[in-house]
Amino acid sequence: MPVTTLEGHEVHVDAEGFLTDLSEWDDELATVLAAQIGLTLTDEHRAVLTFLRDDFAQRGETATLRRASAGSGVSVKDLFRLFPQKPAKKMAYVAGLPKPVGCV
Amino acid sequence: MTRHVVVLGAGTAGTMLVNKLRRRLDDTWKITVVDRDDAHPYQPGFLFVPFGGPTDDLVRSRHAFVHDGVELVLEAVDRVDVAAQEVLLLDGRLLPYDYLVIASGVTLRPDQTPGMLGPEWRRSIFDFYTLDGAKALATALRGFRRGRLVVHVTDVPIKCPVAPLEFTFLADDWLRRRGLRSHTELVFVTPMDGAFTKPVASERLGSMLSDRDVVVEADFLVERIEGRSLVSYDGREVPFDLLVTVPLHMGAEFVTRSGLGDELGFVPVDKHTLQSTADPRIFAVGDASDIPTSKAGSVAHFSVDVLVDNLVELAAGRPMTHSFDGHANCFVESGDRKALLLDFNYETEPLPGTFPVPYVGPMSLLKESRANHLGKLAFQWVYWNVLLPGRPIPLAPAMSMVGKQNPVSTS
Ligand SMILES: Cc1cc2nc3c(=O)[nH]c(=O)nc-3n(C[C@H](O)[C@H](O)[C@H](O)COP(=O)(O)OP(=O)(O)OC[C@H]3O[C@@H](n4cnc5c(N)ncnc54)[C@H](O)[C@@H]3O)c2cc1C
Repeated sequence: MPVTTLEGHEVHVDAEGFLTDLSEWDDELATVLAAQIGLTLTDEHRAVLTFLRDDFAQRGETATLRRASAGSGVSVKDLFRLFPQKPAKKMAYVAGLPKPVGCV
Repeated sequence: MTRHVVVLGAGTAGTMLVNKLRRRLDDTWKITVVDRDDAHPYQPGFLFVPFGGPTDDLVRSRHAFVHDGVELVLEAVDRVDVAAQEVLLLDGRLLPYDYLVIASGVTLRPDQTPGMLGPEWRRSIFDFYTLDGAKALATALRGFRRGRLVVHVTDVPIKCPVAPLEFTFLADDWLRRRGLRSHTELVFVTPMDGAFTKPVASERLGSMLSDRDVVVEADFLVERIEGRSLVSYDGREVPFDLLVTVPLHMGAEFVTRSGLGDELGFVPVDKHTLQSTADPRIFAVGDASDIPTSKAGSVAHFSVDVLVDNLVELAAGRPMTHSFDGHANCFVESGDRKALLLDFNYETEPLPGTFPVPYVGPMSLLKESRANHLGKLAFQWVYWNVLLPGRPIPLAPAMSMVGKQNPVSTS
């Protein structure tokens, strides 16, 4: 897996830039990842990220948009506002989780 | 002492399962399968109905396919009482079980998208995932002269995820033959970022859309329908004259009522054994489970084989040793009497090459051919006569790499 340096953080990423080592993630890195895609993190973002991380720890799979909405209590509409255009992918990226497997 | 396997749903998966299981378990095991009605549809046939395809052999009685040694109960399931190990039917009957298999497929939920079931439903808004919808759409298409024809997927997962693409290819072909194509804007609207999720196939299928001048509106998650427009959560609008939508797919409502479903009502299971993560006596097979592969008849078929082997082991008091690899195999109709074939599993995406299909011969993978189209049509016979009765079919459940061209390192 390629190693890349983001503002002084050395992280392992896949070809699309998603973290491959979950343990490298922390709140500070989340801010850096968010900046990479033009986002400034707020508490609203962080609530969603926390749900995603916890859910992943339990199920070993990145939550879909619907699951993230149901689990975090943030409406789908707000998820689109917080992570514009491709919320499912952007949430996973900032949360340091694998890209969600779009269902086959 | 009699022990009991109860299967909920006598569709593709449930029917194959009980028939195969009956041959393998002795008569200390009673097998019961429940369905709410006696009409078993051949769903892949719905695809052709809007374009004037035959409707006569698309539905048969479930009784005809269920082995004599299996009890078929026709009543809707109300709920599963997991603690008591019994199923409650709508008429109040109780079915106790030692092992329970949920095979209740998906339920289409147009009611979940505001505006979908409004005044335009079945006037300018249609689906082809139900026989009624496909027939109504056939009438609407016959009267179609010009305008915007929009094919739309509400959200994933959906069963037979290639069907909306197939519909688009067939619509393009049908419009051309009638001289209407130049008066029609054909639009494909999807919540995904491309035509299909697996990269090699997505690229191939995506270029087949652009070759046919189909406009693709990707990353579009519909929030509501307003009059004759789809409106997305991020405020985009796609107007239509005729909308062909694939409504939201959810699991059967009794799954959620019983506390066995995820946020869409699909049953979380171990993807290799299909065992419920909530209770070791419960399994889910076919479209009803949450396994990360296509919801397709072929997956139902391959996974039923694994489940039968495992249930036989459990019945004998041994641990399960068989594992499902997510094998899926889908024909994709591309119009002009041609089709492609995709073959993949949890680990390997669809690749080009050839594939041996019993009864029909070698097929080309990921490439359009006449043989593939004939294969797709022949499948209806195989379905009624070989698959449902649970006769052995010389196709191993696990995916094979024989005949496939390995991808050159992603160029
Ligand atoms: C248009 C279309 C085209 C398709 N094309 C293909 C294709 O080319 N190739 C392919 O492999 N697959 C295809 N499929 C998908 C395939 O038909 C399904 O994946 C397959 O039928 C799934 O089988 P199943 O047993 O899980 O569900 P189903 O066959 O749908 O059976 C579920 C059963 O559960 C019953 N049930 C539900 N709720 C209750 C309840 N509360 N009480 C009692 N009974 C209940 C239902 O009545 C139903 O009989 C297509 C599907 C469609 C709609």
